[in-house]
Amino acid sequence: MPTMMYRDALRRALYEEMKADPRVFLLGEDIGLYGGAYAVTKGLLDEFGPQRVRDTPMSEAVIVGAAIGAAMIGGRPVAEIMYVDFMTLTMDQVVNQAAKIHFMFGGQITVPCVIRTQQGTGRGAGAQHSQSLESWFVHTPGLKVVTPATPSDAYGLLRASIQDDNPVIFLEHKGLYAIKEDVPEEPFVTPLGVAEVKREGADVTLITYSRMVHLALEVAAQLAERQIGVEVIDLRTLQPLDMETVLKSVSKTRRAVVLHEAVMTGGLGAELSARITESLFDQLLSPVRRVAARDVPLPANVALEKYVVPNAEQVISAIEETLAVKQIVR
Amino acid sequence: MDRELTKSLYKTMLLIRRTEERILEEMMKGKLASTMCHVSIGQEAVAAGVCDAMAPQDYLTSTHRGHGHFIARGGGLGRMMAELFGKETGYCKGRGGSMHITDITIGHLGANGIVGGHLGIAAGAALWSQISSNDAVTVCFFGEGATNEGITHESLNMAALWKLPVVFVVENNHYAMSLAWERSTAQLNFTEKASAYGIPGVDVDGQDALAVQEVAKAAIDRARRGEGPTLIGAHTYRFLGHSRADPSKYRSSEEEERERARDPLTILRTKAGTDVITDSDLEAYEAEVKQQLDDAVKFAEDSPLAQPSTVFEDIYA
Ligand SMILES: Cc1ncc(C[n+]2csc(CCOP(=O)(O)OP(=O)(O)O)c2C)c(N)n1
Repeated sequence: MPTMMYRDALRRALYEEMKADPRVFLLGEDIGLYGGAYAVTKGLLDEFGPQRVRDTPMSEAVIVGAAIGAAMIGGRPVAEIMYVDFMTLTMDQVVNQAAKIHFMFGGQITVPCVIRTQQGTGRGAGAQHSQSLESWFVHTPGLKVVTPATPSDAYGLLRASIQDDNPVIFLEHKGLYAIKEDVPEEPFVTPLGVAEVKREGADVTLITYSRMVHLALEVAAQLAERQIGVEVIDLRTLQPLDMETVLKSVSKTRRAVVLHEAVMTGGLGAELSARITESLFDQLLSPVRRVAARDVPLPANVALEKYVVPNAEQVISAIEETLAVKQIVR
Repeated sequence: MDRELTKSLYKTMLLIRRTEERILEEMMKGKLASTMCHVSIGQEAVAAGVCDAMAPQDYLTSTHRGHGHFIARGGGLGRMMAELFGKETGYCKGRGGSMHITDITIGHLGANGIVGGHLGIAAGAALWSQISSNDAVTVCFFGEGATNEGITHESLNMAALWKLPVVFVVENNHYAMSLAWERSTAQLNFTEKASAYGIPGVDVDGQDALAVQEVAKAAIDRARRGEGPTLIGAHTYRFLGHSRADPSKYRSSEEEERERARDPLTILRTKAGTDVITDSDLEAYEAEVKQQLDDAVKFAEDSPLAQPSTVFEDIYA
């Protein structure tokens, strides 16, 4: 199996989908000649030409608007928005248009488009270039939201997203582009809406996605040395959300911690905690815990940034707290 | 003068006028399922003229004031009324209403409730036409109020840059709710506006259906030849309030009277002469339209209501 970087896996998905389906085309800022701000689309202009790999003006709203319009009449566009922070400039197109069209028009029209963007911290990019905004999109019925953590998933989930008939917000992580993994040579598609149990464990379920999956695995390995079994779940897609896998795991471990890089308030942790509690209240041995970024804008200073986002210590102490709550004897 | 064209434009305008009057009547009776409803009475020449110039394979995007575009493009009245009445036989299964009326089978890409929200969509449809060489032109209707939205600039620039087959039609009815065009807009001349994008801009009397048709035809042909977009400023007037809640206090009754005297139906009839559109033609048109509307309302009334449980349908394809 060849070793592949996350960014190369994404490019492979784009390449294969473009080869297989002439309706697939790319548009975005600096994706052609420059190859993409994070080098995902490098080489695709040479391969597919300027009709299908479009360097757009710096006009985020119409990049997404044009993707929607093209998708409505038969195209399958993949738009790139350089940073999730710039999705703010596209929100009418995403929320009022893409997410609504199929429903509002009575199912007459579909909008099969993918909006690729990247988010997250790790590079000291500051308050306007480091946010994690997945909750905004998850809060809008009509969108699918995908958050790959590994090269294999980046590849398989991007292919699935392009093949999907709905608008998909595909959230890459800027801190993951250079990570490597063996990715099978045989083409494959990873279905949306299926979480993955990355590591089994008996004592507590640690639910996460995107870059935090790697932190979770690190913590799980550390705690294994202390005989604490941490089951790590990578949600992979946030909409649809695979609650079945989550609930199955938590029914077994009876303890859960949710971990994400987005700020705590109104985040996926709140949603998951509510759902787990609603379904498994009488089986839980402790309250569901959340570990998330502090509720502040992100500083550009790397040391301060580090302080804001979750670290191993915080995850470990959250897990320890769930374990410390004694089982109530009935 | 093209007699057939003239008659056809007149009939389309009359159909729009009477349909919207009927919609208001039904609204007063409490028949509409939604409170959102904006009529275009006074502006019919723009919809009729532009849609006449479109080819069957063409697309259009429409606005919150979109009944005229829908009817002029050939949308069915029965399913339209059913949509307004909240019936499951409506074009949008009774969940879109007046402001989101759509029929993809006639190339109608949706009436949009976000002012300016569909300009990018129009550019995108045209982009796909360019990539796939499907020979279609997209017509994008919007109000002069929308010219000041940010995406309008983005869309005009992209469309001009890539010579996309799209025609931007500004229905300048001079008011965006209460806001007069002169109070909102620094550059009032469409030729000048368009020149910022390096594309042709045309100002046309939007009350003159024949003039609109001619300008639209030239712009659509040009777009189809691959020469890029045109910005048309069609100067018209909204005879009634923005919506039913609007008593139009922001404009004088003298102005309203003066503008209402420029009724596009009267203007076309006068231009055509009574030998092209005879009195008996008029009577026949009126009778035909009335019958169509009675049938449409009956269809809507007889149709089953959209069921609440259907809200879970069509969220995802
Ligand atoms: C983005 C946005 N802003 C404001 C509104 C509220 N609104 C609806 S119609 C309208 C006026 C629109 O004026 P114009 O574009 O000239 O179209 P007209 O109503 O005159 O046909 C306003 C302010 C809206 N629907 N969308």
